[in-house]
Amino acid sequence: MAEEEGNNKDLKVIVFQLKDEEYAIEVDHVQSIERMQTVTRIPRVSAHIIGVMNLRGVITPVVDLRRRFGLEEKAYDEATRILVLSKDNIELGLIVDGANDVIDITTGDIEPTPEVVGGVEEEYLRGVVKLEDRLFTLLNLDKVLHDRSTIGV
Amino acid sequence: MSNSEYLDVFIEESQEHLQTVNDSLLQLEKEPDDLSLVNEVFRSAHTLKGMAATMGFEDLAHLTHTMENVLDLIRNEELEASSEILDVVFDSVDDLEEMINDIAEGGSGKRDIQQIADQLEAIQRGEAPSAAGSAEVAAANAQTEVGGGAQNLGESYDEFELTVITQSKEQGFSPYQIRITLDENTMLKAARVYMVFEILEEAGEVIKSTPPVDELEEENFDHEFIVTLVTKESKEDLNERINRISEIQNIEIILIDPEELGENSEAESEPKTEAQGQSSKDSAKAESPESSQPVQQLEPQQQKKDDKDETTKKPSEANKTIRVSIERLDVLMNLFEELVIDRGRLEQISSELDNNELSETVERMSRISGDLQEIILNMRMMPVDQVFNRFPRMVRSLSKDLGKKVNLDIYGAETELDRTIIDEIGDPLVHLIRNSIDHGIETPAERLDKGKSEEGTLVLRAYHSGNNVFIEIEDDGAGINQQKVINKALSNGVVTQEEIEKMSDEQIFGLLFESGLSTADQVTDVSGRGVGLDVVKNTFESLGGVVTVNSEQNVGSIFSIQLPLTLSIIDVMLVELQKEKYAIPLSSIVETAIVNKEDVYSAHNQKVIDFRGNVVPLVFLKNVFEVPEAGIEDEYYSVVLVSKGEKMAGLVVDSLVGQHDVVLKSLGSYLTNVFAISGATILGDGQVALIVDTNALIK
Repeated sequence: MAEEEGNNKDLKVIVFQLKDEEYAIEVDHVQSIERMQTVTRIPRVSAHIIGVMNLRGVITPVVDLRRRFGLEEKAYDEATRILVLSKDNIELGLIVDGANDVIDITTGDIEPTPEVVGGVEEEYLRGVVKLEDRLFTLLNLDKVLHDRSTIGV
Repeated sequence: MSNSEYLDVFIEESQEHLQTVNDSLLQLEKEPDDLSLVNEVFRSAHTLKGMAATMGFEDLAHLTHTMENVLDLIRNEELEASSEILDVVFDSVDDLEEMINDIAEGGSGKRDIQQIADQLEAIQRGEAPSAAGSAEVAAANAQTEVGGGAQNLGESYDEFELTVITQSKEQGFSPYQIRITLDENTMLKAARVYMVFEILEEAGEVIKSTPPVDELEEENFDHEFIVTLVTKESKEDLNERINRISEIQNIEIILIDPEELGENSEAESEPKTEAQGQSSKDSAKAESPESSQPVQQLEPQQQKKDDKDETTKKPSEANKTIRVSIERLDVLMNLFEELVIDRGRLEQISSELDNNELSETVERMSRISGDLQEIILNMRMMPVDQVFNRFPRMVRSLSKDLGKKVNLDIYGAETELDRTIIDEIGDPLVHLIRNSIDHGIETPAERLDKGKSEEGTLVLRAYHSGNNVFIEIEDDGAGINQQKVINKALSNGVVTQEEIEKMSDEQIFGLLFESGLSTADQVTDVSGRGVGLDVVKNTFESLGGVVTVNSEQNVGSIFSIQLPLTLSIIDVMLVELQKEKYAIPLSSIVETAIVNKEDVYSAHNQKVIDFRGNVVPLVFLKNVFEVPEAGIEDEYYSVVLVSKGEKMAGLVVDSLVGQHDVVLKSLGSYLTNVFAISGATILGDGQVALIVDTNALIK
């Protein structure tokens, strides 16, 4: 499945599935990929923050990306994964439908996000990457981690 | 020796000595006639000088020396400890502090001390008739200071020892008493002792040592010891040989005369002494000029003995403690936290398996780890004095700057708090104290007008209460003008008029902690720039503390800070809301109760209960936390009564699970401002339970 591509290996990204689209996020700040596990709900925060989990002794908040992007909900299954991001002392788990791949791209491959991309909020996105017959949307890591809408309601 | 090894010890000890100097000087200012205080300052300064010189910090040593000279004049009552003179001394202490801080930060400790040294010397010259003479006196005193010890050279000998001394003298040996003073910074005292004894035993025979050899080997002594030796070697040779050992500060060798020793000893041995007196007469001729010397020398030292005892006491107590770096304690704490989580897990597993032996073992382990926890937490406790001790100086200089008279009273400085908290509370407390002096306490003239005493009083109080430590800062100054606070808050849009009307006095004063609110009419150097009190509040709250303020116009204000004893491991009550578990810190729980639904009243759309004559509002946690409903309601409510200051509330939960020690963990930086949740903890089954911030639930 791996498609090694490009000469200037500027960026290594993890490709994951969300509904019927593929998304990608830089691998540098992905600390681990976990199977779904018990999450403790936190009251009175935005709906997409489904709670916190115990990740080897560290309390880690978990966000459901489907909910964050306003996509229809789907029951968690065997393929469901939690991508644990870690940067600047912020840790965050992202629930995705499945983690597919790790591939190399170059920054040159990134194209600006088209005006309308499946209803996903644009500021969350860094661009789209088209590799042969695959197209994936690159998430903006900083925006994901510093999401203003996560503050308690 | 390599100095760098001892640098840490040097810095730490210097800081302690400076603190002593500071404290005693402040005391001295109040009681200028108490010369024992001067002595204390002098001793600390002297030790400091010695250490600085050994470590090669010349400026430090020089300034301390100059300061010492002035202190010496005061000590000899040639100079009065007036406020002006003390100002200069305080200034030089500041310089010393700066130099030590510089050294601590890796600097060279060099500093331009000419000006302050000149000032000190001017005092010395201007007010003391014989400046040069007294400097010498100081130096001489310094000598005896080092030489003087807890024991004096007039050792007492028993009969057997005396006989040995007398006989060896007859055989042409000379008996010496040798007082050896080790360097203050000596690390391996026992090793030095060993080296000294090796040399002495090579030279002759050791008759006696004080303290005894076994104690010396265990380092059960301060810095000096006395050895009685019979040898054929000369005093000078001995001196030279011992001097080759490093880290020896001073050697004092005197020839002893068994005759006189005999006279000094108890009545019992008197008949014997006479005989000795005769037998030693022959040799006494040659020795007599020398042997009379020590007796003279001994006298002044013996007089000093009382003073010395005080100084020697401290280090010997300190010998029983060791210094452990804070990082190591932190590592220990972290490891222990892991253990607490696993302990919880084990307890759960054993209760599920229901095996007698297993549960007994687990129970035992829990008890032991409970004790361990207490010890570890205690190790991290430090007296608040660590923070308080810099305030007297600060208050002094601040009140001088502002032309006010302030008397600072400190109570409960021995109250202990976790190190992490101690580290954080210094700055906010400084802020509050500055605030009280600047805005609270009036100028002497104003105070007299109001019929108060000229001198204002600032009380700093710390005390334990339950799982909390309270720190209070109280002044008898002007108090807070409530109307001014209201006006300012309204004009800054912090609150609305309607809100103000509903507020209690305490809540209105609480507005002071909102950002951008300063009621000072004038901005001074000290405070009033409108930044600060909100920072103070945030700092304390981040430590799990609560700040409140109360005030009465023209009577004074009191700032009260409630702090948790420790941050990392807390005692909680686990409760269930449907299937979710929450932890309520035991420190805020007053009581738990089961309340019949019929006993719940409704007042102004608020459910309340009557709890021992008090009307307590109920907070339905299920609603507050929007817990998904499932299952049927009981006819009883489980209520956890919590308090915040005077106020109480009853938290209604589905069931009480029990009391647990848990490790407090933060929710991480992604989640900020989660309502009424102060953190999380990992339970025995690995699940996360949220910790309820009850303060947010009490209105």
